[in-house]
Order: sequence, then structure tokens, then C-alpha cells
Amino acid sequence: MRLALVHARYQLLQTLRIPVAVFGSAFFPAVAMLFFVVPFAGDDPTGATYATAAMVTFAVMSANIFQYGVGVAEDRDQPWNPYTRTLPAGAAPAFAGRVLAGLALTFLSLLPVVVIAALFTDARISPGAFVLAVVVVGLISVPFTLMGLAIGYALPSKAAIVVAQIVFFPLAFGGGLLSAPDAAPAFVRAIAPYLPTRGAVELMWAAVGDWRPAPVSVVMLGVWVVALAALAGWAYRRDEGRRFR
Amino acid sequence: MILARADQATRRYGDVLALDRVDLDVRAGELVGLLGPNGAGKSTLLNLLVGLRRPTAGRVELFGGDPRDPAHRLQVGVTPQETGLPATLRVGEVVDFVAAHYPDPVPRGELLDRFGLTDQARRQTGGLSGGQRRRLAVALAFVGRPRLVLLDEPTTGLDVEARHTLWEAIRGFHADGGTVLLSSHYLEEVEALAHRVVVIGQGRVLADDTTAAIRSVVGVRRVSLVAGDLPDLPGVVRVEQVDDRTHLLTTDADRLVRELVASGVSFRDLEVRPTSLEEAFLAITAPGGQGTVTVPGQQATAA
Repeated sequence: MRLALVHARYQLLQTLRIPVAVFGSAFFPAVAMLFFVVPFAGDDPTGATYATAAMVTFAVMSANIFQYGVGVAEDRDQPWNPYTRTLPAGAAPAFAGRVLAGLALTFLSLLPVVVIAALFTDARISPGAFVLAVVVVGLISVPFTLMGLAIGYALPSKAAIVVAQIVFFPLAFGGGLLSAPDAAPAFVRAIAPYLPTRGAVELMWAAVGDWRPAPVSVVMLGVWVVALAALAGWAYRRDEGRRFR
Repeated sequence: MILARADQATRRYGDVLALDRVDLDVRAGELVGLLGPNGAGKSTLLNLLVGLRRPTAGRVELFGGDPRDPAHRLQVGVTPQETGLPATLRVGEVVDFVAAHYPDPVPRGELLDRFGLTDQARRQTGGLSGGQRRRLAVALAFVGRPRLVLLDEPTTGLDVEARHTLWEAIRGFHADGGTVLLSSHYLEEVEALAHRVVVIGQGRVLADDTTAAIRSVVGVRRVSLVAGDLPDLPGVVRVEQVDDRTHLLTTDADRLVRELVASGVSFRDLEVRPTSLEEAFLAITAPGGQGTVTVPGQQATAA
């Protein structure tokens, strides 16, 4: 556990030394907040709260897909990674450290969204709901972490960047993160329940308001978690097999 | 006591046989040079010994156990490739990170001082010169007070001065009772440091002896002369043509000269010289083995 923290610390140091990486995942949700949420839903407490929750989900998704997808793929290119495997510790502390650092960066990247919501909109949240929302952020990080890991372990770094970029926008839009809960275009409403972003955002809405999550979306989120875990596990073992067997 | 051992270790990558039934024992207090050209299997052997790879067949042991068990790696130091140091981390941070894995690491200041990196402690590794990066990479092998260090080409690409600094550090470690296994394709390096040489070629151990013994076992001499077409001569393992001079590497210079004279071919400026270890090493790693093949004069490959 101590070693996991050591790994997390150095992981964070490396990421924060190139702050562009952090800006990247924080920037788009923050800008979407300023351009779409503040002017259109800013005066409506319920609408603004839901929209903020959607942007938080967006930030969680992009932060995780990018930092794991691109981060893991880049690390695999580096000879430093096999070197660390010669140190007297198994692969577990490095992995745990990466996940801890990932969570920390996820929370960091959604700070701007929350700050903008607090300062420029009428979004409201009770302290209890806020704590619940923090827990739900950790929960909905799981599928996107797994998705990032699957991309990172399956692909070389240049391909991982492209795939991460291709994947994240349709997931955000198709899941209805960029539209109000009930005002999404018809085709989005048709596909949304089957995307992991929808289940995630419905859980967020339930945490911050009176939203009742659709069972289909939540069940599908569970299916995604299982499927992505299998995919990430497969990619990880395949990569281990190539490099360390 | 044997600190590292390979017992009939074989390693395949797909169809490629990288190591072929290699036996190697490294005993406490030894300084062993692992010598061979690129692709000979040196790095594969070191990777097996530190647990990065598993042998396809045979066994490897580190401190009497499986190197894939982290506990058996506590007293081993390994060098990362210097190109792989995390570019954004400072020198001191990299040392601290590695030190966190060991129960009783060398204090950071002491280690950096030993490798002449004190002034760079606050620099990010991405901003170091190649030599500084290489020194840091080697220094990392010593952070955990290892009993055995495995150094894969520790001075490749270094200038003479930086190389000597590193050699001093390696010698110092060995003088204090440390055990070293270092791979190199620099013969100068192996001769300068190692007491024992293991020559690897095409995945096999070709020779395992003292540096002096390796030279005398091979016993290759260089006979050079200026001549026209030469007849087939005995024991020639390699022919080089440099300008008008022909260099013949042979395992039996005496017989070669006798036959040369007997053949009646005209020649001038005959010289017979001992070879460098490099030439000896090329001779025994050449396909065909210990120099019994007679190479025709046309197949010259001047270095």
C-alpha cells in the first residue's frame, strides 16, 4: 500500500509537470459549461443542476479515457516500464498507483465545471447530495477507466490517441450528455440507453436531484462494466504475454 | 555461493531461438563479463535472470530462487536503458522513487556524489546530457545496496572520460565485495573490468574462462603481407584486404607461413602479430565455430 502511494505520487508528478494533459480533459467540459449551460440553463435551478451533472460525467469520461488510454500506451513504449518490473515489487503497486493517480486527476479535471456551476448558474446541491455525487463520480469512473485501460493495453500510443478521440465524442453526444434530460434528439433517445455514458449520467442525476434512473440504462452500464473489464483484462494479459513471458 | 544461475536455459521468441541451453553460474564476489555481438542473446539472458522473461525450457535462479518472485530481487540492482528515464522527473526524484522499493537504500546525496551527479540533483532527466543520463541509469542499479548488479551495456555510447568514471564506480563496488555481471560488446571494457569472460554467440555459450585464457584458447594470430592471389592456406578464419595488404587471421601462424613459403607465391612485408581480443572473439563467434574453416581470399570483409 505504501508503494502504491509512492507510485501514485510519481505518476501525478509526471502528469502535472506537463499540465497540458490535465487541461485537455478539463477544458472541453468547462467550455461546454460556459457556452451551452450558462446561457441556456443557467437561470433554471433544476436544469442547471442536471446540466452540471452531465458535464461532470463528460469530464469523468474524457479524463479517464484519455489518461489511461494514452498514458498506458505511452508507458508501454518506454523502457522505464520494464525496468520498474525488476524492482523488488510485483506489478500490483504500480497498477494501484496508476488508479489512485487517475482518480485524483479525474477529480481535478472536473473542478472547473463545478466552480463554473457554482459561480455562474443557479445550480443547487445539498451537502448530502454533494457527498453522494462524489461517491458516484468514483463509481462511474470504473467503466471509463476500464475503457481507457483496454485502449491503452491493446494499441500502440499513436493509435490510442486517435481511438480515444474518436470514441469520446460519440459517447458523450449519443449518451445525451450534451442535451437536457428530456430534450435530446430522437435518435439520441433511441441509442442512449445502450451507451455507458447514459447509465453514468442517470446515476449522477439521481445523486443530485429527483431523477429516477431508467432500469435499461443502469443494467446496460453493468453490462458495459463487465464487457470492458473482460476487454481490458484480455488486452493486459496479451500485452504481458508479449513483453514479459 | 552462487548468486545467479542459468541451467540449460532456453528462450524462444516465436521461431527465433534467442538462447540455446545456456549454463551460467555467477558466484559471490565475481566480476563477470558477458561478451557477444548484438543479437547474440546477452540481453535475453539478463532479462531471464531478473525475471522479465521466463525461460522456454531450463531454469534460471537468482539467490537460489525464482527471479519472478520480487523477494528474490531485493539484493539485485539493474540498470534501465537511459533513454527510458521519465523525462519530467528530477534526478533526485528518480533516485527516491527507486529507493522507496528497498528497505535500506543508499542515501540520495551519497549515491549522486559517487556517480558525479550532485549538481544535477534538481534537473529533470530529460534535460541531462547522454553521459549524465547513463550515469544516473547505472547509479540506479546501486540504490538498494545490492549484492549483485546486472549491467546491460553500461557504457555504450559514452565518451572516454565518462566511461572511466563508471568503470571506477563498478570497480569500487566489486572491491567492496559486490558481484557484477555486465554485458558488453566492447572488448576493451570487458578486459578492463572483468576477471572472467563468458562469450555468447548465436544464443550459446561459446567460451567461459579468464580473459587471458580466452585469448590463448583461441590463439588467433594476424599474418599480414602484400601479395597477389594466395593459395588456400591452413587455419585461416578470416581474411581482410586493406589497400594492398592482405590480413589473414589464423589459428596456426607457423604452419601457415611454412605453407606460404612452400607454395612459392611471391609476397613481401610479412608480419605476424597477436590479435586483439576483438579479433579472437570475432573468430570464435563466426558461423562455423572455432576457426577450422578455410575462407577463400575473395571473401574479404574488411572492418
